Formats: sequence, structure tokens, C-alpha cells
Amino acid sequence: MTSDQTTDAPAPSPLGHVPPAALLPVPRDKRHIGLGRLYLRRFLRNRLAIAGVVILLLLLLFSSFGGLFTSYSYSDADFAALTQPPGAEHWFGTNQGGNDIYASAVHGLQRSLAIAVSVSVLTLVLAAVIGSGAAYFGGRVEKATLAVIHFLLIVPSFLILALVSHRLAGDWRVLIVVLTVFGWMSTARVIWSVSTSLRERDYVTAAEFMGVRPLRIIVRHIIPNLGSLLIVNLTLGVVATVLSETALSFLGFGVQTPDVSLGTMLAAGAGTVTSAPWLFAFPAGLVVLLTVSMTFIGDGLRDALDPTSVTGAAGGRR
Amino acid sequence: MTLTTTRTDPAPPTGTDPVLSVRDLRISFPSEAGPVEAVRGVGFDLLPGRTLGIVGESGSGKSATALGIMGLLPPSATMSGEVLLGGRDLVGLGDRELSGVRGKSIGMVFQDPLSSLTPIHSVGRLLRDALRVHQNLTKQAAWEQAVELLDLVGIPDPRERARSFPHEFSGGMRQRVVIAMAIANRPSVLVADEPTTALDVTVQAQILDVLRLAQRETGAGLVLITHDLGVVAGYADDIAVMYAGRFVERAGVDELFRRPTMPYTARLLAAVPTVDSGVRRPLAAIGGEPPTPADLPPGCPFASRCAVALDACRAEEPALREVTGHGHVACLRAEEVADGTLDPAGPADRADEHPGPVRAGAGDVVLRVEDLVRTFPLTKGALLKRRVGTLHAVNGVSFELRAGETLGLVGESGSGKTTTLLEVLRLRRPESGRIEIAGTEVGTVQSAADVRELRQNVQIVMQDPLGALDPRLPVHQLLAEPLQAIGRGRDAIRTRIHELLTLVGLDASVGDRFPAALSGGQRQRIGIARALATEPKLLALDEPLSALDVSVQAGVINLLARLKRELGLAYLVVAHDLAVVRYISDRIAVMYLGHIVETGDTETLFSDPRHPYTRALLSAIPVPDPQRERTRERVVLRGELPSAARLPAGCAFVDRCPLYRLAGDDVRQRCRTERPAPRVVAGQPGHVYACHAA
Repeated sequence: MTSDQTTDAPAPSPLGHVPPAALLPVPRDKRHIGLGRLYLRRFLRNRLAIAGVVILLLLLLFSSFGGLFTSYSYSDADFAALTQPPGAEHWFGTNQGGNDIYASAVHGLQRSLAIAVSVSVLTLVLAAVIGSGAAYFGGRVEKATLAVIHFLLIVPSFLILALVSHRLAGDWRVLIVVLTVFGWMSTARVIWSVSTSLRERDYVTAAEFMGVRPLRIIVRHIIPNLGSLLIVNLTLGVVATVLSETALSFLGFGVQTPDVSLGTMLAAGAGTVTSAPWLFAFPAGLVVLLTVSMTFIGDGLRDALDPTSVTGAAGGRR
Repeated sequence: MTLTTTRTDPAPPTGTDPVLSVRDLRISFPSEAGPVEAVRGVGFDLLPGRTLGIVGESGSGKSATALGIMGLLPPSATMSGEVLLGGRDLVGLGDRELSGVRGKSIGMVFQDPLSSLTPIHSVGRLLRDALRVHQNLTKQAAWEQAVELLDLVGIPDPRERARSFPHEFSGGMRQRVVIAMAIANRPSVLVADEPTTALDVTVQAQILDVLRLAQRETGAGLVLITHDLGVVAGYADDIAVMYAGRFVERAGVDELFRRPTMPYTARLLAAVPTVDSGVRRPLAAIGGEPPTPADLPPGCPFASRCAVALDACRAEEPALREVTGHGHVACLRAEEVADGTLDPAGPADRADEHPGPVRAGAGDVVLRVEDLVRTFPLTKGALLKRRVGTLHAVNGVSFELRAGETLGLVGESGSGKTTTLLEVLRLRRPESGRIEIAGTEVGTVQSAADVRELRQNVQIVMQDPLGALDPRLPVHQLLAEPLQAIGRGRDAIRTRIHELLTLVGLDASVGDRFPAALSGGQRQRIGIARALATEPKLLALDEPLSALDVSVQAGVINLLARLKRELGLAYLVVAHDLAVVRYISDRIAVMYLGHIVETGDTETLFSDPRHPYTRALLSAIPVPDPQRERTRERVVLRGELPSAARLPAGCAFVDRCPLYRLAGDDVRQRCRTERPAPRVVAGQPGHVYACHAA
């Protein structure tokens, strides 16, 4: 097919023990692009997704290294500067107690990101194992798991969340556990329903006939093939967690003072939106940037990983 | 020859002006690697009342051609050229204008009859709507016409059945309804895209007859698109062979089959397994794989697989040109092939590879199945499921399989052949009966090590090689899996993978690729290699060839034969295609509704079938030879396979049996009440059948 195998290979003899088809360099394989590269290419075609990645990277840099540029810590109080608007000394201004808003924002973003990422990773792992396990084993296991999921879904979880986290005196690590325990069900249900169709795939049956053990089949054949669903859920899960953490903290149930998260900052600044708008504007801006960037990334990933999507395909552009 | 692009041809007897003319049709689809040209300059004229068969393998562009003619391509595709229907060019028309043409002037029949009928309307309503869209009819008149149409296509009791919904019909009946819809408005052109591929072979014959009847009633020109050379041999007037998006040969059906002139056609015909030839002739596989449309070589697309290609073939693609006395061929050496001076198979020495499976039978018994029964409960009700009946999927099946032997289980879908296979593979104690693998009775061993050893002895090759391979794992991981499952070490696995790839004739470099990057034939080789990884004694093959193209199929058949010879394997093959089974089986068991109705050595069974069902099955298979196809005798079965939930008390085949209808009263009585016991044919050891009448 290509010029390098022309005259001297007249007819691939169909009769040799080694079928020639396999040995000939099939041209399409040369230009075959790996799955990863293909996804990357499709992802990079989406401008909004790239914007999302850039914003997220900036936010990460800000939360990790932002503290190096200021001499203040979020817990320090500068009694010489109470409720100062943004200026040369305090870049984002200060609040009523003299805390530097810039330092607080760096720390709050750190705290919120830590909570959001660990909660969404934990919920996803839990949901994937439970959802695909239920689908794979079927029968009673499946029925029982679904009953638990449906029960937890109808329980007013926000109320319980608020009560539990308040009781446990605002340790942010407890908040991670609580948010995880009440956050995995809907994802697990989606994963379950997709896994029920994966379970019927020929390659799962083939693995069973090869004698592969159930747990291994789940980990090796079912969960990896949920890949795109999981990745998209992870990014969107971060958005959801940031929002519910801020909401809880805003209401005074989540992170407790003296610790600072974006939610507590929003709560503190809400009262003075008119008189001291910087107290509210900076944390609010960070929340918006974070959720918007993650949403863009999630959408971009979904389009890139979905083979039927038009936006990711060669012709389409957004 | 009636298919003419050159006006100089003598006027054909049946028609005057072509009803459909396609000129230089080109279709391309966007892809990551740039536009893919699926159809590259197809042209033909279709005369009224004539049938043009378009034959090609998957990816040859035949379905894209059909969709292009009907204007049903996805919006991302681009199309150029002319599609002249009664003098009107359809290319570039808007969806609205096309809707006025589709269904009125062009009728369509698709492959899957279930998805081409709206499930929420009764078929009478669907037909009535189809009529009223294009004709000014009252509801009542349209309904009457709908009933007439259903009667025409052979739906029994049409007035009653018009009120039924698509899911209440069997596959064959649904396809009849689709044909009724296609001819409802008396179109001048019918396009049928693989109309019988989803159907069983006994039903296929009925549907093709209905299609011919529908064509005769309307006088329409028919474009019949299929991959099955046997189907077109009996039903088409002219044949166009497609390869890599172009017609490479176009001729009348007799000329084409008498002397295929394009080397591709010739090799394709040589690679088709047939049922009718007296002696099993060797299958000559075409090496290589069809090129992908995204990546065509500069010259003739077949050159790299062609045995008689010249240097010039690789430089420039030959145009489709007229060859005296043959039609049109796109080959530089067409004249040489046409006058018989050149053998397209190339300089010989190719017939020796496949001497035909040697009758082994002397080996140890690898698998013994005795009186196997498998039933499924039929339940009703959502909350409290109550049992309303029993589905007898497998009913007292017994057979024996020895090392180095192949047993083919053959039957229509629903005959219980796959269930039997899965029962063997499950390795659990069957509902009733015994399964013995390599001397160990299934269900008696308890310890994990023993079960593992049993498992190691039985492996499966599945029907769809793409579906059976996890798309996220590279080949070496796929091959490592069964070895890991039996607890082999890492180094042992690596050496074994290398051995396996060599064994099935694949290069070691394939190991890093993902299944999606492999061709169909390579994938099935990986599937076979994986099954062989644990050195099993018994290989279960579930329709191992039906997902492969004809030109690739032959290579896999030869591989299976070689592996059996070299490794002394026993194969249990399940297939619906008798022709294919003939090439790989030593013995065949024909199944009908969970019973084995006839068993025998392959050649005995083919030359002297005893059971009426076996005879019907054999005669229903289309033969890729127009002369024989038209003249040979057929046993046409009425109806379709009944449900295994309502087994007759006597012979399971009694409702469709042609012998029963001819038999005397006493025999009839026995057929209805008494299940026939297996009888041995005198003088033919091993040939057993179960019938009262034969």
C-alpha cells in the first residue's frame, strides 16, 4: 500500500503459516494517534476549556504561593488598620478586626480547594466502587445497595450536614468526612446505571469465562470503561462541593473561626457589602472564578471524551 | 446487460429510460485525520423492473451510496455528483423537497426491521400514515389500502394483524411490513440496504421472494445492497462490486459469476464458503485487509493484495472501462483475465495449505454432554413475579467431542445452540443431565484449584472480536489476563504472549496497540490467541466468523484448521451459517427448538441429509452461482421458528414440517403425539436423525 513495499512483494501469499496481513505495515497504524493524544486534541479545540485550565492554574498558584508576597498571616490582626480599603500596605484591604484580606483569601482558597478536591475524590471512589459493585453482582446485593442509596437521597441531608458539622465544632477534616458521607449517592446511582450495561458487554463475559475474579473484573474492566463519566463527575463534583462548603460556612455551620474559608469570608463580608464592599467582593470573585473554571473544564472534558459530540469534532468550534 | 452508462448498448427488453441515474457520486465525511472519501465517483443507470446488486465488504462505501441516493446522510457529510430520479437531480435539494421524494418515488428497506418501525403505532396506522403523507386519501380508504398491502407481502390475516404493533411481529414479518411501507406509494425506485442480514437463513429466502414480488407489483427498479454474494446471485440482474469507495467491476449477473474479471471479484468468489460443491474445495484467502478510506494508496486500492498486480497498478488508479463481452472493469489487466490468459489468483501453488480437516475422532473424549436440559422461567408481573410458563431452551441434548475434532452446532436463532455452549462454559452443575470435561464431571469438583484446572481446559472465542476485547487495554494486557487468572508469573506470561502472537500469525509489535487500532481479522486472531493462552483442550467458538468480512474470513478459517492440527484441539463451534460450518467441522449437529434433530459427519450430512429441517436449512442457503441458484430444488419452510415456551407434545418441528403435510394419517398422529427417537442411518455410522416421517 505504501511505496516501501512495492515490486518485490507482488502478492501477499495467503498460505504461509504467518498470514502476511499481520506483517505488512498497515498504513493506518502509522498515523494512528493514541487515545490520549486524540482526547487532548479534542479538548484543546474548546477555547472555553482552555480558559478554564488557565484560570484554575492561576488560582492554584495563588493559593500555594500567594502567601509569600505578604508579611501578614490570615490570623494576624493589624490594629493600626481596621476596615481599610485596598491599598499599598494591605492589597485587598482589611476587615473590622484588622485581618489582612489578601492573606485570608489565600488561606481561605487553600482551605476551600482542599476540602473540595478531597471530598470529590472520596465521593467518586466510594460511588464508583459501590455503584459498579452493585451492578456487577446484581441480585440481592444490588437491591440492598439501591435501597440504601434511595433512602439517603430522600433524607434531608443538608439539615443533617448542618447539625453534624456544628456539633463537631468546625474541624475542616470532619467536614470532609461529613460531606463525603452525604454526597456519594447520586453519583453512585448514575455509575450503577451505566455499569449495568457494561456488565453485559462481551469482554466482561469473556473475563468471567477466563476465570478472572469478580473484584478484578470490576477494577480492571468496568471502572476504567466508566473513565469519561468519572472524570467529568470529578470536575463537576469539585464545583458542587465548593458551593456546599461555602453555603455551610456562610450559614455558620462549616469551617469555624479562627479558621478561614471562602465561605466564612463571604459570611463576614455580607453584612458590609455597601460600606466595605472589598470584604465581600474578593472572596466572592474567587468562588466565581473557581466554579466557572471547573465547569468549563468539565464541559470541555465531556465533549472531548464523548465520541458523538460535535463540539470536539474536527469541524465544530466553539 | 441492462445496466448502461454508454448509450451505445442495445436497448434492454424490460425498460426504456432509466428510473434512476447516478453520475459521479462522491461522498466524504469529516474526521480527525481530514475528510474521508467514503464514495469516490460511483455512477450507474437503473432501468425499471431491473435489480442492481451492489456488493462490497464493510467500509467499501455501499451503505453510504444508498444513504446518499436517498439524501439521508448526516449533515456533516458532503456530497457531490448527480442523482437523477426521473430527470430531477436530488443532490443539493433541501430536506423538505427530499421528503416529498422519499417514500413516494424512492422506497427504502433497511437492515434492522425493528428500529425502522415506530414502536408506538400499530402497523396499519404506520402504513396508513405512509400512504396519506403522499396521497390524498381518506383515513378509511388508506386503511383499506394498508390491509391490501399487508396481504400482498404475505402477512396472514391482514385485517386483524393491521391492528398489531411492531413488537408483536417476528423479525421476518416485520421486514415484510417494512417492504409493504416501501412500496405503499408505488415508488419507481426501491433501495434495500442489507434487507436480510438480520434474519435467519430460512426466513431470508422468504423475504427475498417478497421483495421480488413487491418489485414485480410496482415495476420499480431495485438497488439491492449486500455483502452476501449468494444473495445477489439469485436475485440481481446486474452486479456492481464496490471496493474502497468505487465500483471496480460492473456486469450482468451471468457474466460476472461465469468469469469474474476484476482480480478482487475473482478472489472474493474463491474465498466464499459454499454448501453445494460436492468436494470441499480449499478456500483461498485474500491476504491483507481492505484499505481504510482515510488512507488510500495512490494506485489501485487492491494492488497491495492483488496477486497479479503490475508496477503500473501502484502508480495510478485504473478507471472503470468497458471490456468486450463483459461489462465494465477497473483493472489494467482486465482483458487478459477476461479471455482466460491470466489467472487472477496468481501463479498457483496455493491449493495445498488447506487439505480439509482430517477426520480425527480417535482422540480422547474431551467433552461429553448427556441429556442436557436448560429451562428459563417465564414470569409476569412487576412487583410479585409469578411464573406463567417455562422456556425449554435446551431439551435433552447429548453429544461427544474428541481431541482433534470439530463439532458444529447449527440452527436458527432460538434453537438453543448458544445456550448449550454457555451451559458448557459456565462450569456449573446443569439443571439436569451431565457435562463431562476431560473426564471430570462438571459440578463435582469443589476445591478452587480443581475448578481452576477445569476452567483452564475450556476457553471461548466470541462472535464480535471488538466487543470481546476491552477497548481500554493494549493487546499484551489482554493476552496476559487469562494467564494472570491462573496465577502465572510475570516472566512466564511475557514469553507466553510472544509465543501466542507467533502462533496466530501476528507480529510482536501488535502487543502495544489497542483493539481499536487493529483490523477485524487481527482482532479475531487476538481473540483466538487469548483463548489459547492457557493451553485449553476444548475451544468453544461462538459464531467465530460471522462478524468478519468474506475476504478476511477465509484466513481465519485456515488458521483455525492449522491450530487444530498442530495443537490437537477440540472445537465446539456454534454457527448459523452452514456453509462456514462445513469448512471447519468434522461433525455437525443440527438443532431445532432445543433438540438435536440430526447428527452426522459433515460430508454425509451435506450429501445425504435425512431430517426435513436439515434439508430445508441446506436448501435455503443462497449459492453464489446464478445458474445453479435458479435451477436447484428448494424446500421452502413456512413460517418462522416458534417460541420454545410452547413446545408441541410430539415432534418440535411438526408445525413447519413439509413431510408432515404429505404424510399419511398414522404417521401424522405419531408426529403430533410422540417425540421421535434418534435413529441411525443404515450403513452410515454416526449419522443419526430424529423423525417419524423421513
